[in-house]
Amino acid sequence: MRFSGFGEVSEGKFDFVKNARYFFIFSIIITVLGVITLGIHGLNYGVDFKAGSNVDIAVKKDLTGQKDAIEQYLKDNDFGSPALTVGANRVTVRFDEVLTDQKEKALKEGFAAKFDKEASAEVNTVDVEIAKELQTNALYAVLVASIGIVIYVSIRFEWRFAIAAIVSLLHDAFIVISLFSIFKLEVNLPFIVAILTIIGYSINDTIVIFDRIRENLRFAKIKTAADVARLVNESIWQTLTRSINTVMTVVVAAACLLIFGSESIKLFSLAILFGLVSGAYSSIFIASQLWLVLKNKQKPKAAVKSPAAS
Amino acid sequence: MNRLLAFILIVVLSAGVVAGTSSWIFNDVKLGLDLKGGFEILYEAQPIEPGGTVTKDSLVETAKSLEARANATGVTEPEVTTEGSNRIRVKIAGVTDETKVRDILKKPAELTFRSARGCAADKGYCKVELRGSDFKQNGASVNQTNLNAYEIAIKLKSAKQFAEVTREIAKLSPNNQLAIYLDETQLSAPNVSSEINSNEAVITGNFTRDEATDLKNTINLGALPLKLTEKYTQSVGATLGKLSLQETVWAGVIGTILILLFMMAFYRLPGIIASFCIIVYIWLLLLGFNLIDATLTLPGIAAFILGIGMAVDANIIMAERIKEEMRSGKSILSSQKAGSKHSFRTIIDAHVTTTIAALVLFFIGVGSVKGFAVILLLSIIISVLTNVFFSRLLLTLIIRSGIVKKKSYFGVKESEVRAL
Repeated sequence: MRFSGFGEVSEGKFDFVKNARYFFIFSIIITVLGVITLGIHGLNYGVDFKAGSNVDIAVKKDLTGQKDAIEQYLKDNDFGSPALTVGANRVTVRFDEVLTDQKEKALKEGFAAKFDKEASAEVNTVDVEIAKELQTNALYAVLVASIGIVIYVSIRFEWRFAIAAIVSLLHDAFIVISLFSIFKLEVNLPFIVAILTIIGYSINDTIVIFDRIRENLRFAKIKTAADVARLVNESIWQTLTRSINTVMTVVVAAACLLIFGSESIKLFSLAILFGLVSGAYSSIFIASQLWLVLKNKQKPKAAVKSPAAS
Repeated sequence: MNRLLAFILIVVLSAGVVAGTSSWIFNDVKLGLDLKGGFEILYEAQPIEPGGTVTKDSLVETAKSLEARANATGVTEPEVTTEGSNRIRVKIAGVTDETKVRDILKKPAELTFRSARGCAADKGYCKVELRGSDFKQNGASVNQTNLNAYEIAIKLKSAKQFAEVTREIAKLSPNNQLAIYLDETQLSAPNVSSEINSNEAVITGNFTRDEATDLKNTINLGALPLKLTEKYTQSVGATLGKLSLQETVWAGVIGTILILLFMMAFYRLPGIIASFCIIVYIWLLLLGFNLIDATLTLPGIAAFILGIGMAVDANIIMAERIKEEMRSGKSILSSQKAGSKHSFRTIIDAHVTTTIAALVLFFIGVGSVKGFAVILLLSIIISVLTNVFFSRLLLTLIIRSGIVKKKSYFGVKESEVRAL
């Protein structure tokens, strides 16, 4: 990929600023879709956010054909009819009620004796109260982190950059939450960690472009709003290789975790992967353009002349 | 020439240190229970008798007794921490009989005062004379005598009962001790020289201040034992844990190799230096782990691998910037100078904003979120050290040594360079 250094953006190159309105519309549609699915499906809460017990059993034998037998075994041994998923090397049993430690032991030993001697289990049990607390705690953390970032960016840059950065990071977090709602993927405590990581990356991604805009502003002779728009477009182009390369490397890392990593962090890696793509998208197509919209509002006269002020 | 020598020396030296110590460092990393099997329980403590409140002292005391009990079952390094005002988190890795350990932990701590009354000679103090509930709640306190010794004043509910007990024990001389036990551990065995007809008494001994405070807290806890309810449990089978570790480390290795190959192919000389710095970064991060005694868990490994992504970003920003400067027609030397200078501010801004997020997670988060934040913070600090300062040092040395003459070493084609 060749780009133009400090010079003018050559003809025929894609204009990120002129086309901003399409990206805004696209993001708004996705967000609205997310709000709708969240309203209808909500999130598929895992054991960390909904009381109950989750038993994950790694097995050496292939038990896919024995789902009925396992179901029958659970019924016969007083475990009720919990949700059961049988995979090639993993059996997951989800109880809506909390398993006592005696029952937990009985299940582990009983299962090992009946189906696979080498079965190894992971059991998670969470009380409702703790589950709710974790959720509010996470929400609170996001809020505090956002405020902290707003303050820092306002000091180092200006408040318009801060607003644009926060909007784009909340956008990324929300898109990931929406995608998990749409595909009914399970949300557990690591998901919260993933969202917080995404926020960190999203801001990292955006700041680099903002930094370039600020630097270019220092040397540019700005007369009209169109000049600012051109400058923003150039700044995005100048940092584009970096934006793409960085996200590619982190995507490779997250994809490796998803493909080769352990079962327990698959959903975590998937959330990160969604977030990285969304983060790269929002920092290239949304954040700087949003800053421009805010900047143009500052000088209403100039904004009229600008073709980019959509 | 001197600079080239310095460059080679630094590279060889750090490569040697990394290669020589890495197996030791790898083996020293403390694994969390999700990677080696074990269980974690979050208890909520409530007083057994209604109406009492959980004090910080009694919570800490309960945690200590949990740790002592876990140790007594022979498990390795139980990790017991208090959280908030009424919670205790217990992490125990590598347990064979989990149910037994959990049963032992759940029992409230029992304080007894025992004597040797009517015991066989080899049985020690076998008769329980007083129980925790015979003492007044929060009645024990530490006093300092005018001889600068520390003593513990205790208050009982019934003076009559105490008089009876002490009268009988005083007769047993030389076995006239009223031994204090928490569960089955003897804490102290003060002598009773005569009948004490009061509901107040003083225990003297060669206590240090800390010992006296500990004993006071234990007695107060015994007077108001806490009931523990399991609020959150996670238990991982040893085989499953090992499998997770193997898979995730494997994923990390593949991811890292791919990233390094990409860096070298795309950025040439700065890419090779970046790759070297990233390996040093991983080594330093693991070393930092061991130094702060952090436990590596699954989300931790994830933070680790993503931290590598961020470290790569710092290198990409600098390399990209240097390429840009070269295309604008500057010489290699001044491109490197200007590129490092300009990219520095960008990298710091990006790191500081991520640090803010990580700090918030650290202070607000609990459990695995906190662990994740620690690793993220550590990786940010080490990333700045290795991927900003160290990689810049290496690049400066090799460029100033004068052996780098072509811009193509940086992945810049001559045709892209514009006249200045």
